[in-house]
Amino acid sequence: MSRVAMPEPDAGPLQRRSIIVDDLARLVGRSALIWDEDGRRAYETDALTAYRSMPLLVALPRSTEDVSKILRYCYDNSLKVIPRGAGTSLCGGALPTEDAVVLCVSKMKRILDVDYANRTARVETGITNLAISGKVAEKGFFYAPDPSSQLACTLAGNLAMNSGGAHCLKYGVTTHNVLGLKMVLIDGTIVDIGGTCLDAPGYDLLSLAIGSEGQLGVITEATVRILRAAEGARPMMLGFDAPEVAGACVAAIIGAGIIPVAIEYMDRPAIAVCEAYASAGYPLDVEALLIVEVEGSDTEIASLLAKIADIAQPFAPKSIEISADADQSARIWAGRKAAFGAIGRISDYYCMDGTIPLGALPHVLTRISEICDGYGLKVANIFHAGDGNLHPLILYDANDPDSNEKAEAAGAEILKLCVEVGGCLTGEHGVGIEKRDLMSVQFSQTDLAVQMRLKSVFDPAWLLNAAKVFPLASSEPMRAAMRFEAPAAA
Amino acid sequence: MTQMLRPAAEWELQSMIAKLVTNRQTAEVVGNGALRNAGRAVDADVVVTTASLRGLTLYEPTELVMSARSGTPLADIEAELGLRDQMLPFEPIDMGPTTGSPGGALSIGGVFATNASGARRITGGSARDHLLGLRAVNGRAELFKSGGRVMKNVTGLDVARGLTGSWGTLAIITEVTFKVVPQPAATGTLVYTGLPDDLAVEVLTTALGTPFEVSGAAHIPRRMAARLKLVALADAGTALTLLRLENFPAAVSERQAKLQAALKVYGTPMLLDTAASRALWRELRSLSILPYSADTSLWRISCAPTKGPEIVASIQKSMKADAFYDWSGGLVWLEVPTAADAGSADVRRAVAVRGGYATLVRASPQVRATVEVFEPMKPEIERLTRGMKTAFDPAGILNRGRMYATI
Repeated sequence: MSRVAMPEPDAGPLQRRSIIVDDLARLVGRSALIWDEDGRRAYETDALTAYRSMPLLVALPRSTEDVSKILRYCYDNSLKVIPRGAGTSLCGGALPTEDAVVLCVSKMKRILDVDYANRTARVETGITNLAISGKVAEKGFFYAPDPSSQLACTLAGNLAMNSGGAHCLKYGVTTHNVLGLKMVLIDGTIVDIGGTCLDAPGYDLLSLAIGSEGQLGVITEATVRILRAAEGARPMMLGFDAPEVAGACVAAIIGAGIIPVAIEYMDRPAIAVCEAYASAGYPLDVEALLIVEVEGSDTEIASLLAKIADIAQPFAPKSIEISADADQSARIWAGRKAAFGAIGRISDYYCMDGTIPLGALPHVLTRISEICDGYGLKVANIFHAGDGNLHPLILYDANDPDSNEKAEAAGAEILKLCVEVGGCLTGEHGVGIEKRDLMSVQFSQTDLAVQMRLKSVFDPAWLLNAAKVFPLASSEPMRAAMRFEAPAAA
Repeated sequence: MTQMLRPAAEWELQSMIAKLVTNRQTAEVVGNGALRNAGRAVDADVVVTTASLRGLTLYEPTELVMSARSGTPLADIEAELGLRDQMLPFEPIDMGPTTGSPGGALSIGGVFATNASGARRITGGSARDHLLGLRAVNGRAELFKSGGRVMKNVTGLDVARGLTGSWGTLAIITEVTFKVVPQPAATGTLVYTGLPDDLAVEVLTTALGTPFEVSGAAHIPRRMAARLKLVALADAGTALTLLRLENFPAAVSERQAKLQAALKVYGTPMLLDTAASRALWRELRSLSILPYSADTSLWRISCAPTKGPEIVASIQKSMKADAFYDWSGGLVWLEVPTAADAGSADVRRAVAVRGGYATLVRASPQVRATVEVFEPMKPEIERLTRGMKTAFDPAGILNRGRMYATI
């Protein structure tokens, strides 16, 4: 597999940059725009740093109305738009192109309303994920989806990618925790989708908007569900000699009717790196570690953890340790949540995100090792085991083009493997550019056509985050039609 | 008699749709006909039923996942799950009997096509929330899939969930894959009596703000409560405010006591044990307290929970209306006297002012043909809705008029 290709940028917008800046400045004010080279450089990539491209300009609107004005202008002038939150996308979802305006909602981060009786919060989407929970924590509430990047990532990005996190086994992902959205379409139309109710009649536009990777519109406000936190929570750690035994133990726990709030898996390389980073007390002499967390009162927690320990016994765990106190619990999670960063300290890595049926785990882990061995690369595996979401981290050298290419090729093989065993390309990171060309492994041309027609309903000229998500060959007719329809420059 | 098409395979359904397209014929889409009296009536050239697309295609209890062909009766699915002490997480309701159709005919495809979620939706999530993937044939005779069989999947647009609640107007679902959960080992219900609606909703929303994971929060005003088959409760002669807890036995008793303490200003509740609780919530799920009657129409109002009693009180100023509140007040079943417009003007006004949606569930076919059954759409939503219809079914073959007159 070669590097992901992007279409040649249109020359027109590049030549007209200063006119475009002046036009937009008249609409939303010069302070909402960044067009100098140094300023734009901060937006040239996201967390998929292997890909970079300087945007035409960056707009940082402060209101839905300004977003509407900017989009309408781009629509009228056939300018491409790249919606952006905090730029923490691991799949290139916010990667700019040279002919596109980056529309970043990070300045729109107000909490507009918190309604504890109805358990909802209405917020602007530039707010960070963790700030929502931070606001409602004083009353014992929280916003459930908890991606590892929650300190930095925006709700806008979470909505775009339908983000999950370690605790979504019990609480669901973004789409399960949002009731309403305010979305601006490319022609500037402001649409209210859903509301404050648990269901809305008519077509489920909410489902289409969430996880649409900036393909349909720019979401500026959301009404999210806030939940009352459990009385307490406590993790336990179970170490095993073999990955497949750990996998079987997960199946046994769930089969016994227990759904913990999280079941996380780390393999030996991941354990070693995370322990060195967080001193969480992870066992270092095991091949596979499960972190199983349950919630409830102290007595409920004690009884559930004892039950899980019983269920684990036949699988002969090499170690069983229940977190001693809040401090150790925090370190156990700190280690897990910092896993990507910790591994990043020792090597560049390429993070995969496929999901597989749990039963396929032993086969998939064996194959991942073989695939990476085949390319001479090392791999560390981190896995949301409860819901089958795998994060193999392929270690490589970013300064070596050959190593880079090998890592991408190994990654592609791993994702194909996930699809082969009945899983999917991405569980929570999104398609972006990274998995764009693999979409035809999972979907037929008809499946893709069904999705692309929906994009055309919302974004008929294919200006929003075009050239992502859908393989270029499949989307070419729509993107070409867009160029054909483009009006002449003013 | 309208011709009935009964495809037994996806390719057969595809060729049937292709033929309809060629012949410019329209189709009413049904499962086993359970919901034919709900929504708007469809006047189509043929009927397509998924009744012969039947049977489970996947069940992995330890992975909490099941797949079934869309015409599989819900009852069969629940029986199969019961053998492994599992269940559907969203406690689907069957609107058949309350709309004058026989009970027990609902298909799993119908459950997802109408997003028919019951009491557990308040904390457990909706049908839509638990759909993992589907296969379907659209009005272009194309067979497509979306989603899959794994719990976390953000690959491409979420077309599968986007089809929930579309009432067969976009595509005919042929197979669904969904998440299942273990049945709770024990259930308990706290029953507060004699509370007026607004205070009752305060109890329910307060309870949901506690950490005890209330899995059902309903309020049945006095007149409606008298209809319960559970004699002990029906004979109480008073309004009933219900809070359900589900967990392991020790946890249910512990949480029951804690919840009672947290709500002590509202009085001392009756406590129902596992057997009585299950019987009660099974009865509520069947909607048997809202029996079919030609003398009344039935609305289903979705709103922010605290707005429920206000909306009902406002409507009651202009007509005799009986309510049953679920989802802690956020779902109101409202029975109103039969009238030419089923009280539409007053109901919609009361809802619009306070935020929410009203759906006319039961009324005569004539009324459902003249009054908007689903909440009227704002222009920008209508534009997207029509766009979606064209994307899936450009010739307007499938269930045209089922939700909105010309869609």
